[in-house]
Amino acid sequence: MSFVEYSDFIQDGDVAIVYLSHDSMMPVKVQQGAQTQTRYGVIRHSTDLIGQRYGSKVTCSKGGWVHVLHPTPELWTVSLPHRTQILYTTDIATITMMLELKPGSVVCESGTGSGSLSHAILRTIAPTGHLHTVEFHQQRAEKVAEEFQEHRVDHLVTVRNQDVCKDGFGVTGVADAVFLDIPSPWEAVKHAKAAMKRRGGRVCSFSPCIEQVQRTCETLAEEGFQEISTMEVLLRVHDVRTVSLPLPDFGPDPSEPDTEREAPTTSGPTHAAVTLKTTTPPREIPGHTGYLTFATKPRT
Amino acid sequence: SWFLGVIMADHEDDDYQCRIKEGDYVVLKRGDIFKAMQIQPRKKVIFEKQWFFLDNAVGHLYGATFEIVSGGTLQPEKPKDTVSSKEAGTDNRNIVDDGKSQKLTRDDIETLKEQGLKGQQIIDQLIKNSSTFRDKTEYAQDKYIKKKKKKYENTVTILKPSCRILALMYHGREPGKICHMRYDTLAQMLTLANIHAGSKVLVFETCAGLVLGSVMERMGGYGSVIQMYPGGGPVRAGVESFGFPAHFHDMLHEFPICHVNSLLAGTLDTTAQEKKARLEEKRKKLAAAAALLEGRNADGLVIASRFHPCPVLMGLLKFLSPSRPFVVYSQYKEPLIECYTKLREHGGTVNLRLTDTWLRHYQVLPNRTHPVLLMSGGGGYLLSGTTVAMDRSKPAGSQQAEEPAPKRQKLTDTEG
Repeated sequence: MSFVEYSDFIQDGDVAIVYLSHDSMMPVKVQQGAQTQTRYGVIRHSTDLIGQRYGSKVTCSKGGWVHVLHPTPELWTVSLPHRTQILYTTDIATITMMLELKPGSVVCESGTGSGSLSHAILRTIAPTGHLHTVEFHQQRAEKVAEEFQEHRVDHLVTVRNQDVCKDGFGVTGVADAVFLDIPSPWEAVKHAKAAMKRRGGRVCSFSPCIEQVQRTCETLAEEGFQEISTMEVLLRVHDVRTVSLPLPDFGPDPSEPDTEREAPTTSGPTHAAVTLKTTTPPREIPGHTGYLTFATKPRT
Repeated sequence: SWFLGVIMADHEDDDYQCRIKEGDYVVLKRGDIFKAMQIQPRKKVIFEKQWFFLDNAVGHLYGATFEIVSGGTLQPEKPKDTVSSKEAGTDNRNIVDDGKSQKLTRDDIETLKEQGLKGQQIIDQLIKNSSTFRDKTEYAQDKYIKKKKKKYENTVTILKPSCRILALMYHGREPGKICHMRYDTLAQMLTLANIHAGSKVLVFETCAGLVLGSVMERMGGYGSVIQMYPGGGPVRAGVESFGFPAHFHDMLHEFPICHVNSLLAGTLDTTAQEKKARLEEKRKKLAAAAALLEGRNADGLVIASRFHPCPVLMGLLKFLSPSRPFVVYSQYKEPLIECYTKLREHGGTVNLRLTDTWLRHYQVLPNRTHPVLLMSGGGGYLLSGTTVAMDRSKPAGSQQAEEPAPKRQKLTDTEG
């Protein structure tokens, strides 16, 4: 198992995702002799996990069951322990394509935060790329470095505990792409430019507030970046539902011939109804996460 | 294990990769208009109603912008700043839009063009001959100049193709060819399907090869892609536009869906040797693809076509290992509702989600920041999920129903 390579069977030391339902997933560090509590009962790693296929159904001690899934950055994003607000898959997918990330890409990122985007980047740039990620909070930097090791992707990433606005990314002239998710991205634009390859590359800044976006765009233009473009991506989820709509009763129609009218289902003793499959939006939809600003650094 | 293709040494200062060469597949750009083509010597090409030759671009760096001069040749653009007018008004209360502000006639402008005046110079003339320009506010002047630039510009930028650029191009130029898939939707598909180097991915698409090419770009030549195709042969025109190195094609296989049933039943014979060299070549390719498929251990499935997705999905899911992602694109929502329902009945999948994305662009200028326009709702829909081991013991019907039971309709006191 690794976050950049699939395997078929669960092994001691793997990180697996226990799937209870679509809004309930948890990462589990697989260990010989260990146990994991779930609302359906206990999962015993030695018997229930190790040696089983990823994707297997596991029956817990109380009789309920779960599925154990191979980790992916997308499953990690919705189950990882938050140390900071994280980026979700919708933004991550847009960033990945707009920064033109692919195997071999060298990427600089700051702030690392909880590592949600970092894992997605690593998956995309493997096996020949590299991620230089900068986090100014010491404990968070240490925690995320630990996770990269557990997830067997540490060979693809360098974590630096420093302030990107003062000290930059720790490398110059190597990056194909730079990503900024910090309070004052305009202070890091010069460093982003220096970190990028001479031949050019792509940059992205993520900011929740429009004022941050304005300052960043201004600075990008001053530093010679081109194709500056700001956008936001919103996800709409459609929940599939079977709904039953009662039909109104206008009373017997004397003009109509007395034929049997078909009612697919009846919801009660007096009313006919029509059942149909449709979708509804969930009660609450995640709205704004942040604005994404992209730009291209020309050859310097 | 991964197939390691030829790894090119990455010389930081070696411009080879960033210089335009003959035979390269490139994308021409002006503003928001893109067009993909191949650099061929002495070949006249058309872009935005202008004819020209690309020969002069060879040797220049990708991303360079050129002016189209008379005769249809390219000349590197000389960056010029628009002369900023010191004079500006405060509002438009006295500006009457009677269509008479511009003193130059259409014929005058044609004459200027014939005289060889470049775009910027024409714009300067238009400003000089506008009676209302100096009364406009600074912002209105900016807007006026931007509008004229768009109309009279005769520049073209030459870009290296990428999934991002080609997806933008297809969506703007020929959305019908890609089932009206908007570029942000494609971005979601590639991530949700966990496309990465070293995996084995099945692709079924009728998007001119854009989806296939994007998958290949994200795999970097490592692993394998099997294009499942309907009808006579796989359509791959769009893949060419990506300009992949030759070895990328070693990872690409194809398999006709008309043989899927026999392959699954174990009755497909790919061993009978053909006498004719061309047919033998075809047989070998079919055998290779069949070998990759029959293990039923593919790592991902991407479907994006004009065909009804339900039977395609139910047929091809069988080739996936458990705990692997799949993504289905459809221009319409209803076919995906059907897929969802079938999958819930059938079992073997979890984490099903039916989604679409909205992308909104912003104009960011001092005191003029606002959304540009909301993208049309027509970007398509996605159904994504993950396979799990099929449960043979229990009857179909999830213990943890993901779809809550329909609520009973409440009758109010006023109803019967």
